[in-house]
Amino acid sequence: MEILLAAAIGLLTAGGIYLILRLRTFPVILGLSLLSYACNLFIFAAGRLAPGLVPIIHKGSAGYTDPLPQALVLTAIVISFGMTAVLVMLAIGAHLGGGDDKVDLNE
Amino acid sequence: MPLFLIAALPFLGALMPGLTIRAGRSAYAVASAVFTALALFGVLQHAPAVMAGQVVTWRMDWLPQAGLALSLRLDGLGLLFAGLILGIGLLIQLYARFYLSPADPVGRFFAFLMLFQGAMLGIVLSGNILMMAVFWEMTSLSSFLLIGYWRHLPGGRQGARMALAVTGAGGLAMLAGLILLGQVTGSYELSDILAKGDLVRQSPLYRPILALILLGAFTKSAQFPFHFWLPQAMAAPTPVSAYLHSATMVKAGLFLMARLWPVLAGTPEWSVLVAGAGLVTMLLGAGVALFRTDLKAILAYSTVSHLGLITFLLGLGTEEAASAAMVHILVHASFKAALFMLAGIVDHAAHTRDIRQLGGLRRLMPVTFALALVATLSMAGIPPLNGFLSKELMLEQAAHAGTPVALAALFGAALSVAYCLRFLAGTFLGPERADYPHTPHDPGPGLWAAPALLVAVVIATGLFPMLLAPLAAAAAAAVTDVPQHLHLALWHGLGPAALWMSLGAIGLGLTLWGGWPRLSLLPAMPEAKTIYDLKIAALVALSRSVNRLVDHGRLAPPLAIASLTILDVGLWAFLTGSHTPGTRALTPLEPAPLAGFVLLVAATLGTVAFHRQRLLSLLLIGIAGLMISAFFAWAAAPDLALTQITVEVVTVLLMLLSLSFLPALTPAESRATRRLRDGLIAGTVGLGAAALTYGLLVRDFAFPTISAFHLANSKPGAGGTNAVNTIIVDFRGYDTYGEIIVLGIAALVIFALAEVLLAPGPANNRLLARRPDPARAGDRHPMMLVVVTRFLLPIALMVGVYIYLRGHNLPGGGFVAGLVVAIGFLLQYLASGHGWTEAHQRVNHHALIGAGVLVASATGIGAWLAGRPFLTSAYGYIHLPPLEEFEWATAAAFDLGVFLCVLGAVMLALASLSRLAQRGGERVAPRAHDVLSEEAEN
Repeated sequence: MEILLAAAIGLLTAGGIYLILRLRTFPVILGLSLLSYACNLFIFAAGRLAPGLVPIIHKGSAGYTDPLPQALVLTAIVISFGMTAVLVMLAIGAHLGGGDDKVDLNE
Repeated sequence: MPLFLIAALPFLGALMPGLTIRAGRSAYAVASAVFTALALFGVLQHAPAVMAGQVVTWRMDWLPQAGLALSLRLDGLGLLFAGLILGIGLLIQLYARFYLSPADPVGRFFAFLMLFQGAMLGIVLSGNILMMAVFWEMTSLSSFLLIGYWRHLPGGRQGARMALAVTGAGGLAMLAGLILLGQVTGSYELSDILAKGDLVRQSPLYRPILALILLGAFTKSAQFPFHFWLPQAMAAPTPVSAYLHSATMVKAGLFLMARLWPVLAGTPEWSVLVAGAGLVTMLLGAGVALFRTDLKAILAYSTVSHLGLITFLLGLGTEEAASAAMVHILVHASFKAALFMLAGIVDHAAHTRDIRQLGGLRRLMPVTFALALVATLSMAGIPPLNGFLSKELMLEQAAHAGTPVALAALFGAALSVAYCLRFLAGTFLGPERADYPHTPHDPGPGLWAAPALLVAVVIATGLFPMLLAPLAAAAAAAVTDVPQHLHLALWHGLGPAALWMSLGAIGLGLTLWGGWPRLSLLPAMPEAKTIYDLKIAALVALSRSVNRLVDHGRLAPPLAIASLTILDVGLWAFLTGSHTPGTRALTPLEPAPLAGFVLLVAATLGTVAFHRQRLLSLLLIGIAGLMISAFFAWAAAPDLALTQITVEVVTVLLMLLSLSFLPALTPAESRATRRLRDGLIAGTVGLGAAALTYGLLVRDFAFPTISAFHLANSKPGAGGTNAVNTIIVDFRGYDTYGEIIVLGIAALVIFALAEVLLAPGPANNRLLARRPDPARAGDRHPMMLVVVTRFLLPIALMVGVYIYLRGHNLPGGGFVAGLVVAIGFLLQYLASGHGWTEAHQRVNHHALIGAGVLVASATGIGAWLAGRPFLTSAYGYIHLPPLEEFEWATAAAFDLGVFLCVLGAVMLALASLSRLAQRGGERVAPRAHDVLSEEAEN
């Protein structure tokens, strides 16, 4: 499974990077969302894979997965929503205020 | 009263106008005066002990490892300044109450004023030099706000910027000097540093320390060549000029020099720099003052000159001169604050401050004239007023410093006599005029009471000079570290040189004033402001050209460069660092995750491939998010799975809404070569990320992680079995606390952006001109959807409460619960329309965010009441028959704050977007499930 997770993170990163290099706001926001997925999965991966070993304390447990990266990722997911929302609003503002949705300044 | 409370009182007072936003001038003035008076009372309580030579201290360690402590001290010098700051502060509050018009934003004024008062009091009470530097910068900032208080005046804005640039730059230099000083002495505590004067003076770093600290002092106290900002700051309202720019803030530089006098003074460098700058400033200020016609400009340059005088005295480096400096600080504050207020009264009454348009006011404004007469004569050094005392002390000290210095001092005193006469005569003497911009008359006692009190002090301390002696002596003892006994008297006999110099100065001053018609023909000196403006313009041009080298207004190049640089650094670290092969056992491949992986790959590739068709790519990215959520569920992270899926729903809704304002398609603009290049960059960086992840996953932890601690203490320490939740609400509660605040701020930013777009302007015009897509279906709010979502709402609420309650022990918690409830409400927006939902909603989103942060804060502060650090949690068990025993934990209250904040933030963000939609012509349905009827269409 490790190789699948690594491949997924690589693919999400590549897709994200490609999209943030586009010229319009909407693809850039999509790209940032993909990058957020990749980052969250990577932080999660720092706790290594331990399927079945949930971080809920209970009797007779064989062990637990690392709860700390999970806590970090949980808050990161919520914050990335906040960031996306602000970006979306900025994109709308730029489009309505400036008349187009280009990310670059008009020289 | 403990020193901490005294130092905190003005800041608490600054909150009052904020809490009582529409209370009016009197309420603000009284509220801030009460806090100032309480602080003054606290200082006076300590006065007897301090006068007897004790040092009152208060201290709380903050980061003892780094030598940082909240350390306060009150000695004689601090007492003198604290008395000035609070005493004159009270008078200024009285004056400002009557000076400002009800049309001004008076609450803001008093809030800034109290902020300044707190900062200034903080400087003089600091027992730690780093803390002093922080307060120092706060005075610069609050002074900026006060100078620019009348935002509509360009002069005010320019003056505020200049004052901030000059004093802020000086403050930075001073900070560097103080850090060096701390390095040399090994401590940032003032008491330690003051005891190590010899060590500092012999250190090779002495000269840099002195130069840097003096830069701070000279900029703040407007010493040559940094004097030019002070006259520009006169665009401030007059109470500000009287308070900050004559009595207190500009004396902070003097305070600093006096404070560090035992450490830095007594060397040739000190004497040359400080006494030299002081003497030049004294002459220059007095000379320029003579040529000004604006009353406040004359007073400003006169202040520059008097600050120079005090700097000169401190620079002489003798104990007698330091004592004289302390006396003059008191004396100058008394007459100069009074004069500023009187100039403000004249301005108020005659609507001009230009002496070319004034004159002859003595009969029209007799009270003002009488007060100004006394204060001006004191400034000129005429006996028996207190200005005579300190001027004589100064001349006495100058006489000891050699003939050239004595002559320069004499000339400076003569110039001051001359500009005082010009000030007085130009305003009040001469014939009455017929062409005042406004017929002047004396104001009510509210305006002249404060200067009158100060004038009373001027006369009393002039007639009975020993009134000044105890305080000045206590301050001088603190400066010189040796007990001082001052003997102040008007008459010392015919022997001392100072008497004859005083007489000479008065005579010469009269002559200069008499020769004014000819003097006024002298060519004007170059304006310091012009030079400053030229330099600033050059700096701006320089930074623009540097900026142009790196920033071309394009987003992609820096992002590409940054991505590749990160990749290269990682590669370099991998190739040059040592590492062991991965030995961790791999988890076996399972069919269900494999299927999820295939879907994820397809969705991600599809998102990229079809990114021009925005709706399609949005749907595809939603699939990717769902697969990640499923992955979390598989990988033993139920909390993450719940959060991911709920956030995914909210995010897709948000983006869908945004698509109705953005073009539906992305045009193909970039050339194939560029797409290839971007694809190569993205592919390489993606490979790097994959390799890094794989390398990480196949290796075991290099060090034991701290997670074992969290797992072991989750139940006994935090009282919950869900280790992820206990980390969020307990172990790392502070992070979460910051996080919900950030989320709340993000939502408020979105709201504010929507407000901006809805304000009149091009964006609003485009919104109004926007035509929604032609209806694709006749039924805008399908009955089925409406009914189902209404049924779902109570269920969503119940599920939310359930998830919140179980969160501490099982997957769930405030974040997920907030999102679930938010989705329940969002579905109503979706199905029944914005108008219907808004009309049925009674809870304000802003209030939800605020309540969330407040609940979380209150939980954290509750720990203080139990004597524990912020956010320490507690839990226990309650048995209520007939229920089972159940657990309570303060962390649940904190999680409630998280819940409310998340709910409010999500709702506010989406509601802001739908407000845009309404403005953009989306019709509000009066009823929820409406096939729009014919009359509504028309």
